[in-house]
Amino acid sequence: MSYAGKLLRVDLSSGKISTENLSASLRDEYIGGRGMASKILYDEIDPAVDALSPENKLILTTGPLTGTSMPGGSRYMVVAKSPLSNTVACSNSGGYFGPELKYAGYDMIVFEGKADKPVYLFIKNDQVEIRDAEHLWGKSVPETEEALLQETSPDAKISSIGPAGEKLVRFAAVMNDKHRAAGRNGVGAVMGSKNLKAVVVRGTNSLKMADTKAMREVSLRTLAAIKASPMTELFQSFGTTMAVDVKNSLGQFPTRNHRETVFEGAGNINSTAVGEKVLVRNKACFGCPVACGRVTKVDTPQYSGSGEGPEYETIWSFGAACGVDDIEVITQANYICNEMGMDTISAGATIACAMELAEEGHISEDVVGRELRFGDAEAMLELLQKIVDREGFGDILAEGSYRMAQEYGHPELAMTAKMQELPAHGSRGAKGQGLAYATSNRGGCHLRGPMYYIESFGRFEQLDALSTEKKAPWLKTLQDQVGITDSMGLCLFVPHEPEDVYAAYVADTGSKLSPEDLNRVGERIHNLERVFNLKAGLTGADDALPPRITSEPVPDEGPAKGQVVELDQMLPEYYDVRGWDAKGVPTKEKLKELGL
Amino acid sequence: MSKILWMHPDKCTGCKLCEVACSFKKYDEINPSKSRISTVIYESPPFYVAMACPQCDDPWCANACPSAALEKNPEDGIVRVNEDRCVGCKMCVLACPFGAIEYAPEEKIAVKCDYCEGQPECVEFCPTAALEFKDADEGGAGQKKRSLADTLRKAYMEGGSL
Repeated sequence: MSYAGKLLRVDLSSGKISTENLSASLRDEYIGGRGMASKILYDEIDPAVDALSPENKLILTTGPLTGTSMPGGSRYMVVAKSPLSNTVACSNSGGYFGPELKYAGYDMIVFEGKADKPVYLFIKNDQVEIRDAEHLWGKSVPETEEALLQETSPDAKISSIGPAGEKLVRFAAVMNDKHRAAGRNGVGAVMGSKNLKAVVVRGTNSLKMADTKAMREVSLRTLAAIKASPMTELFQSFGTTMAVDVKNSLGQFPTRNHRETVFEGAGNINSTAVGEKVLVRNKACFGCPVACGRVTKVDTPQYSGSGEGPEYETIWSFGAACGVDDIEVITQANYICNEMGMDTISAGATIACAMELAEEGHISEDVVGRELRFGDAEAMLELLQKIVDREGFGDILAEGSYRMAQEYGHPELAMTAKMQELPAHGSRGAKGQGLAYATSNRGGCHLRGPMYYIESFGRFEQLDALSTEKKAPWLKTLQDQVGITDSMGLCLFVPHEPEDVYAAYVADTGSKLSPEDLNRVGERIHNLERVFNLKAGLTGADDALPPRITSEPVPDEGPAKGQVVELDQMLPEYYDVRGWDAKGVPTKEKLKELGL
Repeated sequence: MSKILWMHPDKCTGCKLCEVACSFKKYDEINPSKSRISTVIYESPPFYVAMACPQCDDPWCANACPSAALEKNPEDGIVRVNEDRCVGCKMCVLACPFGAIEYAPEEKIAVKCDYCEGQPECVEFCPTAALEFKDADEGGAGQKKRSLADTLRKAYMEGGSL
């Protein structure tokens, strides 16, 4: 089986490095990746701890299918307590880093404590060293990677933070392979708080499968199915950017800090605009037949640069959310975030929130240091750099939109759930998505219950996006399924059939779990995360959405006109489907049933 | 005409499934560092290409081998390592200008691509047909000629002259 079976523990305070064997029961109960790391975090830290204190831990973890022949097995996850949402944090990323960590012989690395000066961890199979990183502190992500490739091995793979993580920006990302981001939840700030600049890995060990023949068969079967899917060609040609036109036409494209749901400038920032103005070609992560990555460049009189992105979320956050309809500026903002190591969603959404606060007169020009209005691309880029430097107004922006809006007396204008910025899928035009945001264990997030599969793209079942009916049970199903996908180390954007994932898992690990047992694992992970959050001090009252979403009818003439999210209708049904009490606490029976 | 492995960089996306497939086939284990085909990734401008043994007609590796462990089969065109004869001297590794033959420390012999005896596993796994296994006179060079001709034709049509 491809489990390395080993956990690498690095105490940054003492410099002690040790390895531990991972128990077989932990594998069966939590699979790996997100599930297993969340369990370890839950067992080892007090959920109420300050996320930026040395008592928090930072876990980089792979899943059993990471680095295998199963298409889409590129993912690793960064797990910690989040400094943004105060919930359990789990952010995952593709590229090549995760597989390399697996080949080095570790399922996961647990970082504890805090180094007294900047360090990086170097791993070459059994050789593990904490090394000085003072010369890298302050460097951008690409600069850091280039320097580390030079001083270690050109074949090494690197996960690192940029200046944003060093400055503890609450939505700083952990970056890998230069352009890929474990973007959300501020995991980069946790890494920065530990004075850990980078993890450099070279792995040359083999992964053994329990059943080689079965693994080959399911991998080839999955490849063939993906090649035959009409979605694959669309993803190759347009990547996630194809969603711009779809979401805008459905009234699910939140505009100007979610005031409206249709963006008049969408035609300038859609997949066609990306293709005509910035796209160079597509690119794959490790083991991926889809290759949705966008390799891009910008060449204008004001700016030239190259990199990867923007993806749909980023086009939205620096585009519609800020009222900016210039794809080259959006791409530049994306590059700044990647180079500095910041989440594009929260960064753009926080600036959008500031734009509304300024337009409404809640913050003055003196505070911002300049005039600030929706649609001002120059101001957007300027503020972005100020966030990284925590300079002037940037210092409060770096705290994220909720803390900023609260500081100026208007938390209701922060478009967040559990203090994390809502992403690009408008929920007043897709009610189940609203429920997903309110109940996600990591705060406002589209990947923890991707109801847009159903409500925007008609997968699984045709449901009215504007109705609340059947949304709660579907959300539970999707939340639990995503828990499995994340824990396996697979990418959500590679369309796997659940039975193939199960077959690959069994072929790889030789697990005796039944498909039903595996579904139960997904539910167990979700409940474990929920319990973590409750112990961190959150309650059912935090399963909430901004008042704009629940009580301000959509003002524009789009398909969502007049709509709000009737969260109070869906939430009791959701708690019921989950087996939780009326306050959103898992019942004793449910926890017992799940072995928690 | 023997078949050869055609690489199409324009179709390669850098996914490295060829490396996974190769190690899986050769060792029943997944380990890209032991793969006999390697994807080389250039970042800017982006260019991805899989590299493997071109099976030379006059192989440097065989010429350098003091124990006659390397031989090109004139029928199928494949240069193979005779494991019984290989003494692990690594002269072939030094001689090959392509880096297409490597010394395997575990087996203590030289290893290289042998087209999986006519059914290359990398081709089977390549999701974008960036790798193809076909006759040397079929497609590859002809395609390149046509591609260049297309460029010339376009320039001619647009500019009226070259």
